[in-house]
Amino acid sequence: MKYQDEYRDPVAAQNLLRAIHNTISQPWTIMEVCGGQTHSIVRYGIDQLLPPEIELVHGPGCPVCVTPLELIDKAVDIASRPDVTFCSFGDMLRVPGSRSDLLAVKANGGDVRIIYSPLDCLKIAARNPARTVVFFAVGFETTAPANAMALWQAKRRGLDNFAVLVSHVLVPPAMTAVLQSPNNRVQGFLGAGHVCSVMGCQEYRDLARQFHVPIVVTGFEPLDLLEGIYRCVRMLENHEIGVENQYARAVPTIGNPASQKLLQEVFEVTDRMWRGIGTIPRSGYRLSAMYADFDAEQRFSLARIDTSESSQCISGAILQGGKKPYDCPIFGTACTPASPQGATMVSSEGACAAYYNYRRRLSPSNAELSNRQVQQT
Amino acid sequence: MCLGIPGLVIELYTEHDVLMGRVDFDGVRKEVCLAYLPEVSVGNYVIVHVGFALSIVDETEAQEVFKFLDQMSELDELDGMQP
Ligand code: SF4
Repeated sequence: MKYQDEYRDPVAAQNLLRAIHNTISQPWTIMEVCGGQTHSIVRYGIDQLLPPEIELVHGPGCPVCVTPLELIDKAVDIASRPDVTFCSFGDMLRVPGSRSDLLAVKANGGDVRIIYSPLDCLKIAARNPARTVVFFAVGFETTAPANAMALWQAKRRGLDNFAVLVSHVLVPPAMTAVLQSPNNRVQGFLGAGHVCSVMGCQEYRDLARQFHVPIVVTGFEPLDLLEGIYRCVRMLENHEIGVENQYARAVPTIGNPASQKLLQEVFEVTDRMWRGIGTIPRSGYRLSAMYADFDAEQRFSLARIDTSESSQCISGAILQGGKKPYDCPIFGTACTPASPQGATMVSSEGACAAYYNYRRRLSPSNAELSNRQVQQT
Repeated sequence: MCLGIPGLVIELYTEHDVLMGRVDFDGVRKEVCLAYLPEVSVGNYVIVHVGFALSIVDETEAQEVFKFLDQMSELDELDGMQP
């Protein structure tokens, strides 16, 4: 596909790797913020091709991973009601709640549907006026504009039987949390390209200045990631702080003004709880007063559920760059994508799932893991 | 969820007063909301997330990494010519 295949060219990748080797003179720790980038890096083995001085740590940018357990439980509660049609992006269905998941609700006869676009929910709502259509509005700045448009249209069209369960999160406050952590090791960032397509680069300039770090807004293909890493290393070596835009083909500096305008109308910034990390101030969206009628949490009386996470899971430390999946004692044994014990094993964009899917047999350096594999076979 | 895919806009229309279009992803055609790109036209490549186009791919910028790589290999050739 155009704008995809050419960014996977192995010869060009070799040249970029050479440029990185020629530039680096000392160890650097770089975080890729977005789960989509983590997935590409592990899938193509990019981290293993880099010079040993570079350590890539994986960031908090996986929406499925950071959606709190409590919200999953609320989704399961709402989706189980007989008069509700519950709509969600496919990757939320398998996320385990405290007692059940959406897939189980569906298997037990619940009306749970996977949608491609949030606008699909409006079609379902218009066709089924007797049912309440609830959409699980999760994700970062990349999905928020789509969800905002569904709400804007529902309001204009008077679709009163539409509601949303909102758990939107924002990337810059999570980067701030990483940088403010006393254990922070991150010296430079690959910024999440598609988030910047929406919001632009200004917030990142402020972050770079405040915390004296280089940030390279980066795309998702192997050449994008390698160029992003090259530029980040170059900035680190030259002691430059600020923002460079590797992904300018899809990221205008100002972002997408039309979507920013609607986001401001439909949502307002609020504190959000991040699974594995905790509450981060002003790190997400809730519905603005004008759209409060669409709030599913207000429309249904939801029982308070006490949630508890696995005590062995270290996904919080992984999402903040402190640890790697191999550091977890139950990685690949008690915790696998089929029975995930924590946030980062749930989604294919999660670091633990990416390591499990692409790297189980490829870690000669990790003696403990290879022992475990020997035991398994 | 954050993975946007590039596709070619092949048709524009409006639905409920909102700009929509058909976008071709390597032969697979989907209905995509284009309301956030009022300047879009047929023939543009757009990056699509969950049924919404959020940016038009800039052709000139798309070539930048390859220009950089070309420059690098020219430098290499120059290096190679030195005694
Ligand atoms: S392997 Fe499972 S339990 Fe361990 S950190 Fe990852 S998600 Fe948590």
